[in-house]
Amino acid sequence: MTTTTENKGMAERSMGYGLRALNRLAGSDLLDRIRIRKGVEKALFQGTKNGFKTATAAGRTFKAAQSLGKPARQKKGKSKGLFDLTPDDEQQMFQEAGRSFAADQIRPAALKADEDRETPKEILDQTVELGVAMLGVPEELGGVMTEQSAVTAVLIGEALAHGDMGIAYAALAPGAVATAIGLWGSAEQEATYLPAFTGEDVPAAALAILEPQPLFDPFALETKAKKKGEEWVLSGAKSLVARAKDCELFVVAADAEGIGPALFVVESGAKGLSVEDEPAMGLRPATTGRLLIDNVKLPASALLGEGNAKAKDYAACVNRSRIAWCALATGTAQAVLDYVIPYVNDRQAFGEPVSNRQGVAFAVSDIGIEQNGMRLATYRAASRADRGESFAREAALARRLCTQKGMQIGSDGVQLLGGHGFVKEHPVERWYRDLRASGVMEGALLV
Amino acid sequence: MTINLEIPKKFKPLVSQANQVATEVFRPISRKYDEAEHAYPKELDMLASLIDGMNEGSDIGGAGAAGVRREKSDDGENRNGSNLSTVLGIIELCWGDVGLLLSMPRQGLGNSAIASVATEEQLKKYGGKWAAMAITEPEAGSDSAAIRATAVLDGDEYVLNGEKIFVTSGDRADLIVVWASLDRSKGRAAIKSFIVERDNPGLKLDRLEHKLGIRASDTANFTLQDCRVPKEALLGDPEVKEKGFAGVMETFDNTRPLVAAMAVGLTRAALEETRKCLKEAGVKVDYDKPALSQHAAAARFLEMEADYEAAWLLTLQAAWMADNSKPNSLQASMAKAKAGRTCVDVTLGCVELCGAVGYGENELLEKWARDSKILDIFEGTQQIQLLIVARQLLKKTSSELR
Repeated sequence: MTTTTENKGMAERSMGYGLRALNRLAGSDLLDRIRIRKGVEKALFQGTKNGFKTATAAGRTFKAAQSLGKPARQKKGKSKGLFDLTPDDEQQMFQEAGRSFAADQIRPAALKADEDRETPKEILDQTVELGVAMLGVPEELGGVMTEQSAVTAVLIGEALAHGDMGIAYAALAPGAVATAIGLWGSAEQEATYLPAFTGEDVPAAALAILEPQPLFDPFALETKAKKKGEEWVLSGAKSLVARAKDCELFVVAADAEGIGPALFVVESGAKGLSVEDEPAMGLRPATTGRLLIDNVKLPASALLGEGNAKAKDYAACVNRSRIAWCALATGTAQAVLDYVIPYVNDRQAFGEPVSNRQGVAFAVSDIGIEQNGMRLATYRAASRADRGESFAREAALARRLCTQKGMQIGSDGVQLLGGHGFVKEHPVERWYRDLRASGVMEGALLV
Repeated sequence: MTINLEIPKKFKPLVSQANQVATEVFRPISRKYDEAEHAYPKELDMLASLIDGMNEGSDIGGAGAAGVRREKSDDGENRNGSNLSTVLGIIELCWGDVGLLLSMPRQGLGNSAIASVATEEQLKKYGGKWAAMAITEPEAGSDSAAIRATAVLDGDEYVLNGEKIFVTSGDRADLIVVWASLDRSKGRAAIKSFIVERDNPGLKLDRLEHKLGIRASDTANFTLQDCRVPKEALLGDPEVKEKGFAGVMETFDNTRPLVAAMAVGLTRAALEETRKCLKEAGVKVDYDKPALSQHAAAARFLEMEADYEAAWLLTLQAAWMADNSKPNSLQASMAKAKAGRTCVDVTLGCVELCGAVGYGENELLEKWARDSKILDIFEGTQQIQLLIVARQLLKKTSSELR
């Protein structure tokens, strides 16, 4: 043993020494007695992390194309007044395209993307071709949808998440920024930013609302926007931002002086903006990062809607995000169901398939029942949003269901495979980690 | 865009009428007949005539069980028909009182069975009468294929023998639809249903049950002793065929959403009352704020309301599929399972949230928490629904997954 130690390079040995010293420090009673352990651990954590803190991406220059004078908006959906669960032809087209893309491209790439913490560029490019980034862009500005598209976005999100939730998050995140600007942006903001989302080279972009504190409440933000003359000065931090280091554009939620919670358009490269890596339990293909906002100065025109957005618009944004996460949870829950059915039918124990036992079979029933409920609640909330009806209640209930039942489904998915569910040979452990996200995430996606 | 999960515009008048009946007729006498078990709620007679009127002559259907016949629609057009309207009506009426709905003359499960499978002649002969349903026996509950009651053809008559329990409105109804076997050696294929007139001398009332809840509704136990009925009293196909039992069971694909609807209506009643109680206690339920940043009672309320929402939607989905001739056995059982367990969880949870106010007899919350339990039992228990759902999802036969 001594020889191997001697053979190690200097650098490795010095690291070993460092660790030994660290270990001695960590074991010390003194630290606990004087109650500084937490602080020291935190300092160490930040110390290692700050090494990876980088400026945000350089980004392109966004310049206003021809402005329309007044903001363009997608029309409200109309209803024939009948109960109906059938998507229209256009929606079915999107849904089918999403499903086959998820099956052919996303699912096969999911394991590696989870390990690499990165979604392959080809997949991101191909989802752009599906049109996901421009669902919320009004027709006048190069979009394809005349009517509001929350249901369509839900159907696509569900379809993609059946392939993989983390990849779906990475692929759909830029669209959230386009949809936010398309719903609440001023004419100038629409003209400046939306054209980029209708082309082939869609920028990485993020709707950043979530903050790194327990019991986070999107209506009680720690990120502050202070008025300084004509300018806004933003400070705070945003969590679990998809592809944060590549983002060229952010829509950031901050508690704005004299207004309350509001959204700001922030271009990457702004002074004081930086990104640090923030890996999490799941959603790993989205390369989540933390956006640090340190006295970032913004012009008055950065306020989304330029003074015309109201408190109810911010609430609508939060609720539309929740619906989007419900869509992803629904798709992933469906993936669990579709995976466990053949497994429990094939798996033999005590001389017969384990699914011949009620204890196993009923767990499958419960997944089916709750997943169906999650889906219907999500559709209802989205369709109300499209028609311009109130949808806060429906979004909240869908979120409650998708949070709780989604997590249970993730857990049962692993449980039904037993020890095999715990290893990476099967995708259920990934879905277990991903399904926990739907109740944690705020913002980030939008329908 | 077409996805729309709201109450159809054309059924809004029906929903509002049913809600008025629930508010003006059911609620005021709700406690009275909970206390006076076995007393006949005579207030319902007039109401029943009114509902007969509502049922007649329109595809809007009624508030009861008369309109669950499957309709054919091959044109691909979206249909909102009698399954959906019936479910919506029942939700409102059970928001008023489940026991009283079950006691509604001419709205029994037997009426459902007759409406679903009767021939034109049978419809003519038995239409307009009140029909109860007798399936369960002391030794055969969920396992309806194990029925021991027998029917033997003797000339132009069947002779029925056996014992039937838990017959809802059995004493009050004009007709009892009795399940019996033509040949016990042939298993479920030989099980048929027979219409027996209540005054048939071979049908003997043994007793009326004393129950935990739905006490306004009478639950009768009978003995059938050489009970003779005409040959024409057999519902459906008299041949003993493999698929015969499936036909009988099909009735349940249509009626399970109705029982789910009962559970949904009751659940909503409890939630509405609890929301009021919480408000008086200074707790407001906020849909924007995260549940866990609110009062624990509000968070619990949101959890319960979310389950209610899922149960409501599953029930509407099952009915909508029936209206559009889509096979809905899976969704019907999903709806019944979800609505049944939600109803019990929520009504008991509401009593807890409202404390002594909820537990005491001054309010109806404690009654609803007693009424709810049966909804997770009759028309197929929770466990039977899970079994049906599992068999469908896993593509298993009843011999593989027992």
